[in-house]
Amino acid sequence: MKILICISDVPDTTTKIKFTNDNKELDQTEIQWIINPWDELALTRAIELKESLGEKIESITVINVGPAGSEPTIRKALAMGADNAIRVDADPKESYFVAYQLAEAIKSRDFDIILAGLDSADYNGASVGGMMAELLDMPSVSAISALNIENGKVFINREIEGGTQKLEAQTPFVAIVQKGIAIEPKIPAMRGIMMARTKPLEVVAPANADCLTENIVYELPQPKGACRKFTEENVNELVDVLHKEAKLI
Amino acid sequence: MNFEFTEEQKMIRQAAKDFAERELLPDVIERDTRSEFPAEHIKKLSELGFLGMMTDLKYDGGGMDTISYVLAMEEISKIDSSVSVVMSVCNSLVNWGIEKFGSEKQKEKYLRPLASGQKIGAFLLSEPEAGSDATKQRTIAEDKGDHYLVNGTKNFITNANCASTYIVIAQTDPEKGHKGINALLIEKDAPGITLGPHDDKMGMRSSDTHSVMFTDVKIPKENRIGEDGFGFKFAMQTLDGGRIGIAAQANGIAAGAFERALNYSQERKAFGTEIGNHQAIAFKLADMAVKIENARNMCLKAAWLKDQNKPFGYQSAMAKLYCADIAMEVTTEAVQIFGGYGYMKEYHVERLMREAKLTQIYEGTSEIQKIVISRSLMK
Ligand SMILES: Cc1cc2nc3c(=O)[nH]c(=O)nc-3n(C[C@H](O)[C@H](O)[C@H](O)COP(=O)(O)OP(=O)(O)OC[C@H]3O[C@@H](n4cnc5c(N)ncnc54)[C@H](O)[C@@H]3O)c2cc1C
Repeated sequence: MKILICISDVPDTTTKIKFTNDNKELDQTEIQWIINPWDELALTRAIELKESLGEKIESITVINVGPAGSEPTIRKALAMGADNAIRVDADPKESYFVAYQLAEAIKSRDFDIILAGLDSADYNGASVGGMMAELLDMPSVSAISALNIENGKVFINREIEGGTQKLEAQTPFVAIVQKGIAIEPKIPAMRGIMMARTKPLEVVAPANADCLTENIVYELPQPKGACRKFTEENVNELVDVLHKEAKLI
Repeated sequence: MNFEFTEEQKMIRQAAKDFAERELLPDVIERDTRSEFPAEHIKKLSELGFLGMMTDLKYDGGGMDTISYVLAMEEISKIDSSVSVVMSVCNSLVNWGIEKFGSEKQKEKYLRPLASGQKIGAFLLSEPEAGSDATKQRTIAEDKGDHYLVNGTKNFITNANCASTYIVIAQTDPEKGHKGINALLIEKDAPGITLGPHDDKMGMRSSDTHSVMFTDVKIPKENRIGEDGFGFKFAMQTLDGGRIGIAAQANGIAAGAFERALNYSQERKAFGTEIGNHQAIAFKLADMAVKIENARNMCLKAAWLKDQNKPFGYQSAMAKLYCADIAMEVTTEAVQIFGGYGYMKEYHVERLMREAKLTQIYEGTSEIQKIVISRSLMK
């Protein structure tokens, strides 16, 4: 079985987000880039499967749509235990564009399970996995919280309102994963880090694709105001503030 | 000159940070209180390859440079120096010593399992009557033709119980003084070795420290590292490198306390504002940051020299001296910034202060570093 994991390169989740160019662009100067947390867990699960099933998992590949600057993130995935990587050399402008690039790069290759995160920690679009599956004309299952392979069969759990749905999936398919797929991301071992550069990282040219959406402007949430205290005597003032300022009542 | 870390170095630092926060932080206070050895934690650390990270890939090590090692030591020490001290003894004393000076046979037999983290090593130099003055070895390795017979006592030995492989420094020919000293590879379960009780310490309480007694321990000659009489030189050269690790440990302790103090001073309020807005506290933080920056640069320079195969003993002694002093100063100020809370175990800084003290003592006290530095100056 061949496994592919789509990984995106996102700002560290503790980054203080700032914008430039009249709030049209993300200020990248102080950003530390990481593997999108769901993707990192998906890769961790793939590695766990390889560790337990051995040769039955023929290969683990990661794919990223991104400029050369995202290679450190890709090499982190190789250090963790992916066997090889593909980078589609394009700026990941928006969901459709990324899904299209992924589908074009994957089409000519042969994978049994394609894992993608439910959403990315930067734009939270939650759409690449599904769109990519459609473009590949492959079935997809979303919100997967567990994935197991027994006797060549793939079993998955989906989180649904109030419970868990257990399914068997036919390969090839796109598995869109979320919390639970692995407990904690794997920490790369020292040898893994040193070997990462020796593993193949194939760079492919992007396909011609349109963007279906355009970013106009970013808005940061208002900074939290200071705490205000009301005593019993000025309850009326509190009601007034809740009604007129906070517009809660 | 390039101050940028490589991609691998950054990845190693992140891996060490993730490991420390995930695996060590949750029970570090409890382990320290109970002097409990972090056996499970060390097992995981060794599986990730941290114990043999500097050993060549061909001996199953990580094949990394000293700068990577310094970065990892610092991250682990920000949280738990009882764990980083195991890393330091394994990497820079035992593994490096065997890799640099051992025979090919010794490397196959002893280095390989150490570098891959299957086994742990210990370095036995200090004695009850020979600490700073390591030339006064009373442990005797008597030459019996085809083997040595070892008798004596070693003191304050880190990893004494968890290690399988010891490097023991002992006197073979007392008439030759320090030129009659040898370094021997001894397996811990060799007949005639007994351990004293676990030492109850001020800090790094969960590290594994014991005295070790040798009674008629028979060691084949092939277990001697280097030529006859090379032992003292071996110990001194190995300690030169070890000091870089301890300097990095001291920096981690300082940085760990500083980060906590910085956060606290932006949260804790007194006289109507966060304490960081009082200039007395703000200036303390500025001073701490400058000292840590200096200390890091010094330690990295020594590591860089070692990586370039240039002489580094002078710089590593300077780094060890300076970083240890800075760790003591910064942790003391961190406790001060926390006020009464700093004196409580829950806030970590008191423990970091206790840990800092040890960096001024082991692998050559601060006074001994000054001897090394001043002798280099007046050579
Ligand atoms: C927790 C812990 C772990 C340790 N782990 C190890 C280990 O794994 N392996 C190992 O071999 N050893 C280990 N040691 C021993 C350590 O290296 C020694 O304690 C240290 O070298 C100092 O020796 P000493 O304790 O005998 O002090 P002494 O040498 O008796 O020194 C006492 C004081 O006199 C000062 N002094 C001594 N000589 C001079 C001089 N010429 N000029 C000025 N001042 C001087 C010293 O600086 C010190 O302040 C460990 C120690 C501790 C506490």
